[in-house]
Amino acid sequence: MTRIRLARMVGSYGVVIALALLILFGYLRYENFLGLFNIMSVLRYNSMFALVALGMCFVIMTGGIDLSVGTVAALGSVAAAYASPYGPIAGLAAGVGIGLVVGAINALMITRMHIMPFIATLASMLAASGTALLLANNRSVPVSYQSGFTELGQGNLIGLPIPAIIAAIAFILGWLVLNYTATGRGVLAVGGSEESAKLMGLPADRIKTLAYVASGGLAGLAGVILAAQFGAGQPIEGVGWELFAIASVVVGGTLLTGGVGSVGATLAGVLLLGILFTVLNFENGLGWISLSAYWQSVIRGAFLLVVVILQARLIAGETTRT
Amino acid sequence: MGEDLLLAMASVDKRFAGIPALIGASFEVRRGEVHALIGQNGAGKSTLIKVLTGYHKKDAGSVSFDGKPFEVASPQQAQASGISTIYQEINLVPYRSITENICLGREKRRFGLLDWGAMHAEAERLLARFNIKADVRRPVMEFSTATQQMVAIARAIGFDAKLVIMDEPTSSLDEREVGVLFDVIRQLKAEGVSVVFVSHKLDELYAVCDRVTIMRDGRTVRVAEISGIGKLDLVSSMLGREIARVEGHATAFTDRDPAKLGETLFAAEHLSAGSAVRDVSFSIRRGEITGFAGLLGAGRTETARLAFAADKRSGGSMTLGGVPYDPASPIDAIAAGLGFCTEDRKAEGIVPNMSVAENMMLALMPKLAKSGIIDEPRQRQIVEKFIKALSIKCSGPNQKIRELSGGNQQKVLLGRWLATEPRLLILDEPTRGIDVGAKGEIQALIKSLADDGLAVLMISSELEEVIEGADRVFVLREGLTVSEMSRAEASEDAVMAAMAEGNLEVAR
Repeated sequence: MTRIRLARMVGSYGVVIALALLILFGYLRYENFLGLFNIMSVLRYNSMFALVALGMCFVIMTGGIDLSVGTVAALGSVAAAYASPYGPIAGLAAGVGIGLVVGAINALMITRMHIMPFIATLASMLAASGTALLLANNRSVPVSYQSGFTELGQGNLIGLPIPAIIAAIAFILGWLVLNYTATGRGVLAVGGSEESAKLMGLPADRIKTLAYVASGGLAGLAGVILAAQFGAGQPIEGVGWELFAIASVVVGGTLLTGGVGSVGATLAGVLLLGILFTVLNFENGLGWISLSAYWQSVIRGAFLLVVVILQARLIAGETTRT
Repeated sequence: MGEDLLLAMASVDKRFAGIPALIGASFEVRRGEVHALIGQNGAGKSTLIKVLTGYHKKDAGSVSFDGKPFEVASPQQAQASGISTIYQEINLVPYRSITENICLGREKRRFGLLDWGAMHAEAERLLARFNIKADVRRPVMEFSTATQQMVAIARAIGFDAKLVIMDEPTSSLDEREVGVLFDVIRQLKAEGVSVVFVSHKLDELYAVCDRVTIMRDGRTVRVAEISGIGKLDLVSSMLGREIARVEGHATAFTDRDPAKLGETLFAAEHLSAGSAVRDVSFSIRRGEITGFAGLLGAGRTETARLAFAADKRSGGSMTLGGVPYDPASPIDAIAAGLGFCTEDRKAEGIVPNMSVAENMMLALMPKLAKSGIIDEPRQRQIVEKFIKALSIKCSGPNQKIRELSGGNQQKVLLGRWLATEPRLLILDEPTRGIDVGAKGEIQALIKSLADDGLAVLMISSELEEVIEGADRVFVLREGLTVSEMSRAEASEDAVMAAMAEGNLEVAR
């Protein structure tokens, strides 16, 4: 019994433990790893990915997938850049708004037309990318530096990066919704067994719609921060973001088949993958070895695989013993 | 219309892809009555219920509930209007906690957020009505089928329903649990709640129901007070023909000549594995039907799984055909001549989207393939032989198995194992969830297989099936063999006594 408890604890906190070990490793090996500047830039940069992963987490918990988040972020950044002269609120509204629209289209295709989420969001991924390039005329769209829009990506509030504050608020809301609202529990029920959930009288289609719309909106928000942080709407950014988001969610122990998941562990997953990236950069900085971007990708892939295999083994060991 | 009518459905039609499932069906339930709804598989019971609960939309007809016209578009609306349903296949969300499964859809809130404390308390309170104590925070998949069933019932009752529909609620419960369920049904009745009770087990209907509605081929053929209709009458109305009771038998099994039985084919001594199987010994002769009797959790299925090497045993020995038998995996067991029809057809047996032929050939693939390529003509030949031999009702070998009735699916699975030409066939609940007519056919089939020399190990929760079907009965209780009885010794009383209070001390 105690072994089962232990396995379960390691299973659900595995990603947190891995994160702690990685931070400890970085702290011992590199000077300034836990320096204020490094921490702030890690948080600032990874906020975008965190937002995208949060939406992805909800979609995956319903048993679906959203491949469009990366290009929706790109589209959102372009829309926000165009709206940026009218101030940060306008930029936010444009970026998030366009994300919500794509999310709603995804939801419509999936719940009304019964198109598989993989296919539906693959289609919108391509369409969103094309729309972004069309809107931007195949170039970056510079943002206004006079309207205060760039504060959304570059500014600080009470000493913390604004993007990190936005992401933190989003995660707190996400955690509340998942654990303390009927809709949140419905997300897990629909993902665990859609048939049962429907027979229980849960509005399965409405719940799935909310998940995809939220995912689209959060991807759009990530795009706003992208534009504000780098000073331009980037129609070709966002490539591979969906995979990074899926990886973060899965590392956090959320089942790809749906029905089981955690908002907190997803955040830990984002930080784990993000900090791994930082560690590799520091390693380069030490000058012992030189890791090209390609090698960094290989290492992150291998790392992801190891974490997922370890989790699978823990879960398997637990179920055979119970 | 009578003052005491809670539900009245009249002239309800429903077609699926042009094929009629309900033809002018009617159904009336009074306030505070327990009403049995029976019929063979395909008679339209499930369709009628799903029309009522808004899962299907009716093509024609009228429904009134609680004195008002009733039209719902979803199970959610039906639930809100006071109709709760417990479906035959337990419809819970396996990964989620008991509390969530009970409270989803009518969450308790505080300051707009879910109040977990109150919801856990509510779940515990509802389960306490069934004398069940369980950690309501744990996922339902960690609990036994019986507990899950009780959770499903607790959920339905928690909705303050005026009408609770139970679609074969007892199929996964043992006798004690059925007793508890019946107490709950009587309690509901006393509170003025109506219950619609769907079951294939006739004894249960007489135990708890007031009236019965019998359906056949999409029509309502008879409505009667249960006290005014005999079992035989009930069954013949259901089947639409007069069936003769074979020598006073309740099953299609007939007496067999003990002299025909061969020497011992399979013997197991002191099998054990974990807490489910502690010390089980039994043997099976050629041409013999050996029955396992016991309550749910007595270790019958678990013992069969050890013989088939589906689980690892921790102690004991087995022989097959006189030589030691020590399979490492089901592959070894199949190679040695064993077959195993599992209890849970849906989860472990059939592959729903594959054809009859493919399902039948699954176990035989390795044998039939020539260097990895399946020998199609030979496969077709075997499949057609068994479709004929087992009289499987299907449009052809290529029909999808999910389109067949439960009885015919079971026959396909039987065919799958027979095609491997086994020496010993293990049948776990071979007639569960199958209508009365098909049940008799399966039973007759099992008997004729044994007559041809096949050794059969039959696990059944239906007492008469074991008593009338088996040449020898082993009674299991709490993981021990508590009794071995010959056909002559195995009376209903004797077997039940052993199941309930067989002496654990004297057990071998």
